[in-house]
Amino acid sequence: MAFHRIPVTLTINGQKIVRDVEPRTLLVHFLRDELNLTGTHVGCDTSQCGACTILLDNQAVKSCTVLAVQADGSDILTVEGLEQEYLHPVQEAFREKHGLQCGFCTPGAIMLGAYLVNHNEPLTEEGIREQLDGLLCRCTGYENIVRSIQRAYEIMNERQNVQSQTAKGVG
Amino acid sequence: MTQVIGQALQRHEDIRLIRGQGQYTDDMKLPGMVYAHIVRSPYAHAKITAIDTSRAKKMPGVVAVFSGQDLKDEVGLIPTAWIPPDADMKVTPHPALAYDEVRYQGDGVAVVIAESPYLAQDAALAVDIKYEPLKVVTDPFEAKAEGAPGVHTEIPDNVAFHWQAGENLDDIFQKAEVVVKHHFRQQRLIPNAMEPRSALAQYNAAKGELTLWATTQNPHIHRLLMSGLLGIPEHKLRVIAIDVGGAFGSKIACYPDEVIVSWASKKLNRPVKWTETRQENFQVTTHGRDHVQEVELAGTRGGEIQAIRVKTYANMGAYLSTAAPGVPTILFGLIINGAYKIPHASSEVFGMLTHTTPVDAYRGAGRPEATFLVERMVDLYAQALQMDPLEVRQKNLIRHEDFPFTNAFGLQYDSGNYQETLSKALEIFDYPKFRREQENLRKQGKYIGVGLSTYVEMCGLGPSEVAGAVGFQGGLWESATVRVHPTGKVSVYTGASPHGQGEETTFAQIVSQELGIAVDDIEVIHGDTQQIAMGWGTYGSRTTAVGGAAIHMANEKVLEKARKIAAHKLEVNEEDVSYDSGTFSVRGLPSKSVTFQEVALDAYLAWSLPPGIEPALEGTAFYNPKNFTYPFGAHIAVVSVDPDTGDTTLLRYVAVDDVGRIINPMIVEGQIHGGLVQGIGQALWEGAEFDEQGQLITGSLLDYALPKARFFPKFETAHTETPSPHNPLGVKGVGETGAIASTPCIVNAVMDALKPFGIDDLSMPLTPPKVWQAIRQAQGKESLHS
Ligand code: FES
Ligand code: FES
Repeated sequence: MAFHRIPVTLTINGQKIVRDVEPRTLLVHFLRDELNLTGTHVGCDTSQCGACTILLDNQAVKSCTVLAVQADGSDILTVEGLEQEYLHPVQEAFREKHGLQCGFCTPGAIMLGAYLVNHNEPLTEEGIREQLDGLLCRCTGYENIVRSIQRAYEIMNERQNVQSQTAKGVG
Repeated sequence: MTQVIGQALQRHEDIRLIRGQGQYTDDMKLPGMVYAHIVRSPYAHAKITAIDTSRAKKMPGVVAVFSGQDLKDEVGLIPTAWIPPDADMKVTPHPALAYDEVRYQGDGVAVVIAESPYLAQDAALAVDIKYEPLKVVTDPFEAKAEGAPGVHTEIPDNVAFHWQAGENLDDIFQKAEVVVKHHFRQQRLIPNAMEPRSALAQYNAAKGELTLWATTQNPHIHRLLMSGLLGIPEHKLRVIAIDVGGAFGSKIACYPDEVIVSWASKKLNRPVKWTETRQENFQVTTHGRDHVQEVELAGTRGGEIQAIRVKTYANMGAYLSTAAPGVPTILFGLIINGAYKIPHASSEVFGMLTHTTPVDAYRGAGRPEATFLVERMVDLYAQALQMDPLEVRQKNLIRHEDFPFTNAFGLQYDSGNYQETLSKALEIFDYPKFRREQENLRKQGKYIGVGLSTYVEMCGLGPSEVAGAVGFQGGLWESATVRVHPTGKVSVYTGASPHGQGEETTFAQIVSQELGIAVDDIEVIHGDTQQIAMGWGTYGSRTTAVGGAAIHMANEKVLEKARKIAAHKLEVNEEDVSYDSGTFSVRGLPSKSVTFQEVALDAYLAWSLPPGIEPALEGTAFYNPKNFTYPFGAHIAVVSVDPDTGDTTLLRYVAVDDVGRIINPMIVEGQIHGGLVQGIGQALWEGAEFDEQGQLITGSLLDYALPKARFFPKFETAHTETPSPHNPLGVKGVGETGAIASTPCIVNAVMDALKPFGIDDLSMPLTPPKVWQAIRQAQGKESLHS
């Protein structure tokens, strides 16, 4: 091949990954083509759509704007790694509130949502709409995505309450 | 029996999609797979004078490079599959790759196939092509002018078809008390499904079989058309579309790209994948709308509409795409009277060829263009009469007792209660109060406006006899197989091909309700021509109305047989067996019973079946609808316009829709939301534009304004339910209503807001600069607060 390759080491969904990549490889292509993590989607070529959104060191990042080599040493979470023992509250909320139709923008929307619920006090409806600026969805008309994120905050709370109660119970 | 139909069940498809486990075409990877990149014309119209692929062939990782010459004699022309009768339709020869002339920017010229997508892209830059640029026309009206550059030499006047319906209305217009005339420009839209199109072809030389994974709304239509193009018999061709990331009409057409990879896979004996970039999606995936409309309405001074007449120049682009000719004719021209009792109507449509991306169906396909003009004309007529647009609507809406109503073109609207949806909308929105507030605010220099849209559409496509009569080159019935397994679990096979509309869930609800089986015990299978015998796909809001009805019929067959087997087992007559929630029991003796599961097992074991009954338990049905379905509704929009910036803010949107019987209200609401946003997008922001050279200047998401979340308030939705009388489920269809109703609703609202400035119409999209300019101009002529 015409291009030299550069070694990268990253943690993806909790797993250490070591690979040699072409320097120009976009992180999103690295995830999809090299690692078969096809949950992260490519919807555009100008960084507008947000279908490729992942968490990179806990920040919501469009993985089409990052080269795989730039992500060297970072900790990445994709939609495939979101579900632990249970579905993530955002995943659950998207299903409950019909936050997806064709599902193509959904992994990006969910990762963005995960970022929001992890980092913020519950946002107002307007606040959520503002935060969705980097996401294009052609199916849902956004309303149910907004509802999903609102609901995700609630689920998060409910789970925390249950947890603290169980902890009390055990103690 | 528990009620499953009508419940807002969570979607079955979401289980995989929220985990990133969907299977979209581009997610597929096969051993030995290579990647195609299509080299496209940068010119909208040019002669290809030379192609040299030698440099590209030597590039790293390149497997092959082909040009139009290589394909020309080996694959057929890209077909047009809708030929409206009596329209003098011409064929627009469309080779999979152009070899002599390119006719729009993005027309494919060569294909590079390489070991990786990046390498294919690199080598594409090394394909040397010489062009001789030619004159260009992009506007459908200008294309008709004397001396306009021709798109196809065979069609010097650029008129691909000329279609007419209705009567001569000269007399009525001459005698009319009031005539309103207006021109509308229905701008071109770019569908922009978030998933780019993709195709992966795998040829098996030993078997002579081709498997094509593709982003299609109608895999069986693809199989049928492509079999002819590729010379691969239909039984050796398998088309698969598992998860498709939205389409909105843009994945109906049979595109060159799918044909190219299929041919190349056979040629190279390797799997070949192609996925478009968003830029290609803008340039070559079919566009929608693009009409120049001349409209006339005749009415009395008292507000009674007597006639409507339309002459439309519909831009078809450079080639007639698969379903394209049917869109501005049958799906548009026959319903221009909208929801109103207009006794006389006539439509005339010129299908115009231009050097632009081919135009085909886009959410609503024809009906938004029709609804827009009639809803806007009603407002302009009201203004001419100095009457409130609400009053004109109330005077002219078809009345409940008029159903079934036959419109001036002979369409029979199946059922409706337009007054009821309108009153419901007016319950939610206090119209008189708004008018008072509006008056007060105007005095304070604040401009708010209200817009109405009382629409009807025709969907649930459709009766196959009608399809034939109107030149659609296919049937429009739908198939279903309901297969009960020995354990009583059920697989449902549908010929419809949902891609976001949620029928894996709604269809399971229909089966669950009718067979009395848990939804979780039902799996709906779609989008694979090898698993599903035949079907016509998902478009025209037909899936639940037609595909759902087929499932209902298949359920009936299953139950009929199951009842016979149950009766045999219970040793009673069939008539003495009742069925409820999964249990057959003897009437009057409920303890004597047998479960559905037991019957299923018996059917398969076949140890003791009633005489004449074959083993196994499944039903297959083909439902051919008797008529189209006619959803309707009343929408109300409230906007404010800032005269200093021209910016429009949507303050409220009330949508009361009647889509017939509702299977899953959550899904129905979601469909309405999505449609609204697309329709509102057309009114306010979206619009494709070409420059004089035919370059698409709105060719990326930076330049084409797709609506975002923060542009909208919360929608206020409600329903009435008027079942379709001819559909066995009473279902009508909901996929397109939002996009059909909302565009004129918004424009009416903005025009209402701008009324004090004397502005009565502006062309879409109503962007801030356009509105601001118009206000400035208006103020220049006369000062508002003198
Ligand atoms: S792919 Fe569209 S923003 Fe990354
Ligand atoms: S669900 Fe289809 S694009 Fe968002």
